[in-house]
Amino acid sequence: MDYLTIRNNQVVPLSDIPLISYDFFKETNLRLMEESEARHCVNYFGYRESGQIRLICCIADDTDHSIFITSAITPADAVLDSFTRPNANFERFEREIHENFGVEYRDHPWLKPLRYSYDRFDSSQKMENYPFVKVESDELHEVGVGPIHAGIIEPGHFRFICNGEQIMHLEIQLGYQHRGIERLFLQKSRVEERTILAENIAGDTVVGHTTAFANLWESLIGAETTNSLNFSRTIALELERIAIHTGDLAAICGDIAYQLGNSVYGRLRTPIVNFFQEWGGNRLAKGLVRVGRMNYPFTSELGDRLLDIFNAYEPDFNEITRKLWRLPSALSRMERTGELTTGEAREIGVVGMAARASGLERDVRKSHPGNLYHEISHQPVVKHHGDVYSRAQIRKEEIKQSISYIKELLQDIPDNNDVNTEGMIIQPNVFVISLVEGWRGEICHCAVTGKKGDLLLYKIKDPSFHNWMALAQAVRNNEISDFPVCNKSFNLSYCGHDL
Amino acid sequence: MVSLLLVFFVSLFFMGVVTRIRSLTSGRKGPSVMQPMWDIVRLWRKGSVYSTTTSFIFQLAPITYIASLLVAVLMVPHGSRAGLISFEGDFIMFAYLLAFGKFMMIIAALDTGSSFEGMGASREALFSMLAEPAFFILMGSFALFTGNSSFQGIFNGLYYGSHFSYMLGGLATFVLIIIAMVENSRMPVDDPKTHLELTMIHEVMILDNSGFDLGLIMYATHLKFAMYGSIIASFFIGSLPLWLSIPLTLVIQMFFAIVVGIMESFTARFRMGHNPQFIFILTSVAILIFFGVLMLLGRFM
Repeated sequence: MDYLTIRNNQVVPLSDIPLISYDFFKETNLRLMEESEARHCVNYFGYRESGQIRLICCIADDTDHSIFITSAITPADAVLDSFTRPNANFERFEREIHENFGVEYRDHPWLKPLRYSYDRFDSSQKMENYPFVKVESDELHEVGVGPIHAGIIEPGHFRFICNGEQIMHLEIQLGYQHRGIERLFLQKSRVEERTILAENIAGDTVVGHTTAFANLWESLIGAETTNSLNFSRTIALELERIAIHTGDLAAICGDIAYQLGNSVYGRLRTPIVNFFQEWGGNRLAKGLVRVGRMNYPFTSELGDRLLDIFNAYEPDFNEITRKLWRLPSALSRMERTGELTTGEAREIGVVGMAARASGLERDVRKSHPGNLYHEISHQPVVKHHGDVYSRAQIRKEEIKQSISYIKELLQDIPDNNDVNTEGMIIQPNVFVISLVEGWRGEICHCAVTGKKGDLLLYKIKDPSFHNWMALAQAVRNNEISDFPVCNKSFNLSYCGHDL
Repeated sequence: MVSLLLVFFVSLFFMGVVTRIRSLTSGRKGPSVMQPMWDIVRLWRKGSVYSTTTSFIFQLAPITYIASLLVAVLMVPHGSRAGLISFEGDFIMFAYLLAFGKFMMIIAALDTGSSFEGMGASREALFSMLAEPAFFILMGSFALFTGNSSFQGIFNGLYYGSHFSYMLGGLATFVLIIIAMVENSRMPVDDPKTHLELTMIHEVMILDNSGFDLGLIMYATHLKFAMYGSIIASFFIGSLPLWLSIPLTLVIQMFFAIVVGIMESFTARFRMGHNPQFIFILTSVAILIFFGVLMLLGRFM
C-alpha cells in the first residue's frame, strides 16, 4: 500500500502510515487527486523529525467518507519537484512548507511568504519587502488598501492592479495576525489551556474550531463522545451558522447600500447570539464546548427558549428575504458579480460555502460526518453560478436548513452525560485528523504525538486558507467598487489564516 | 433676498430630515434634525490638518468650493422674485459656478496623490459631466417656453395653462431631484454612508480634508440640497403672495427631503458601471420636456 485510508476522527499509529520516497509520494498524491474530481487536499504539512522534514499529506474524498494519508521524509536542504505545477490545490501548503523549513521547490510558481511565522526559515523575509506583482504600464494603475482599514476589520493588505475601474489582478498579503497558535499548542500542556487556544483561533468560528479540537482530543485520549455532547455541539455549530450567515446577509446589504436589509438582518442576528449568552454566558459561545463535557449542558428549558426565538425569527427573516430577493437594484448588484466558476473552484480547492456556491458539493457534514451529522440526512445546498448572488442564496437556504435541523434535534433532547476523562492519557505515536464543517467551511485539525504521549505537532487549517485565493480570482474583471461586496460574500478570516 | 434667507434656513435642517427619515424607515429613532448641523459647527471650531504632500491648491479648494456655491445661491430666485443677482442667461453662469467649485475639489483630490482620491475624482468628473446636458436642456426648454433666459424671467413667465404644462413641471421636478442627488453624490449613484473607500465617489475625494475645511465641504452639501429644493419650489410658487409662497416653499423642501430619505432607504446603490446609463435617463427626460415645449409652442407642425 502506498497510502492509508482513514475516517474522520480516527486515530492511527504513525507506523501504519506508509513512508514512501518523495517522488513516489508526489506521484501517489497527484494520482489520488486525478482519480476523482470530488477530491481535494485538506491538509499538507511538514514537521521536523530527527533533523529531517517529515511530510504528511491528507486528501479527502467528498463522497465516500475516506481520507487518504501519505507520508514522506526529505532532508531539509532538499530541492524538490512541486505538486503545485500540476495541481494548484497544493500551492499554499507548499509555500507554508517552504516558509517554515526552507525546502526549495524547483518548479513552484512563486514561493511567496505566507504568514511570517516567528520560526520561519528565512528571517529576512519581512512584511516590508513582500514581493508584489509589478506591472510596467502607463495604462494600468495600482491601488493599495490596508493593512489598516476604514471599518472595524482585521488587518490585511490588498493590492489591486486596475485598468480604470476594472480590476485586472488582486494580490492579497496576509500575516499581520500571526500569533503562533500552533506553537502555543505545544507549549501549553493543560487541556483547558489548549481548549481556550482553540476558541481563539478565529473569533467568528469559536464553536467550529473548539468542536474540531474537542472531537480530536477525545479521539486522541480514547474517550467515547457521548450522545449528549454530540447533541450540544451539533446544536451550537448550527446556531453559529445561523448567526454568522444572518450577519453576513446584513453586511452584504450594507455593502450594496440597501439600508433596510442591513438593519433588519442586523437585528435578526442579535437574538441568536444572545441565545449563546443565555446558554453559556458568552455571545460568541466561548467557554461552551469543552473536552469530555459541556460547561453548560443543554436543558429542555433552553430548548423551549430556542423554539420561541425561532418563532420570532422566521416570519421577519422570510419577510425581509422576500423583499431583498425581489428588489431589482439589489439583484443587479449581486448577480454576475464576483463570479468563481466551478472549474476555478476545483482547481484552487475551495471549500465550504464558497465551494457550494460554485457548484461543488463539498460539505463535511455529508462527506465526513462527525457529531450528530450521521443522524441528520444532510443534503448540502449547492448553487451553480458562483457569484455574490449564489453566495447570498446559499446563506439564505442554509439558515432555513439549520433551523429545521435544530427543530428536528430539539424533539429529543438527551440527558446530560459527561465523559470521565480523568486518568486518560494521550496515545503515543499516533496521528489523528478531525474535520468539522464550520459555517465558513471545512475546519481541519491534525495532531501527531510522540513516544511519551506528548504533542509533536498540532496543525490547524481554517477554510480561509484555501478560499483567499478564490476571492482574488473572483474579483478579476469586476469593477473595483464591487470588491467590498465580493469580499463580504466570502467573508474570510484573517486570523484563521494567519494563526 | 427672500430666497437667500429661505435657502440658508432650510440648509440648517435639510440633511437632518433626510437622516431622520432614513432612521425611521429602518426602525430606529434617529438623531435630532439639527444633529448634522451641530456636527458641522463642531468641525468649524476645529483647525485643519494638511498632508505634507499637498500644495496650496488643496488648502484653497474648500474655500473656493463654498464661495462659488454661495455666489450661485445668490442667483436663486423665489418664484417670480429675482435673486440678488439676476441677468439674462444667469442660469448658465449658475451652472458653471457649480462646475468651477467642483473642478477645484477634483484637482484638490488629485493633489493629495492618493490612489483612492484619484479614483473618486475621476468618477465625480464623469458623473457631473453626464448630468450637465440634462440641466441645460431643461433650463433651455423653459427659456424657449417663456421667451426669457434668466431664472427670474423663466419662473415669472411660467404659466400653467394646460395639462401639458403641469406635466412639464412634474418632469422638471423629477430631473432636478435626480440632478441634486447626483450633484451631492447621494444614493442611488453614490452611498454616502459607506466606510469602503473603493466604492465612494464624493466621500473619498475629501478623505484628506479635516476640521474647518471638512465642515465647509459638508455644509456645501446641505446648501446645495436646499438650493435645488428652492429651484424646484420656484416652479410651483410663480408669483403667489409671500404669505403663501414662503410656507409653500417650506412644504416643498420638506417633501423633497422626505423623497430623498425614502429613495435612500429602499433601494440599493447602482453598480458603478450602470450609473452613466442612469444619469443619461435625465437627459432623455429633459429632451422629453424640450419636445413638450415645442408642442405647446406649436412649432412641431
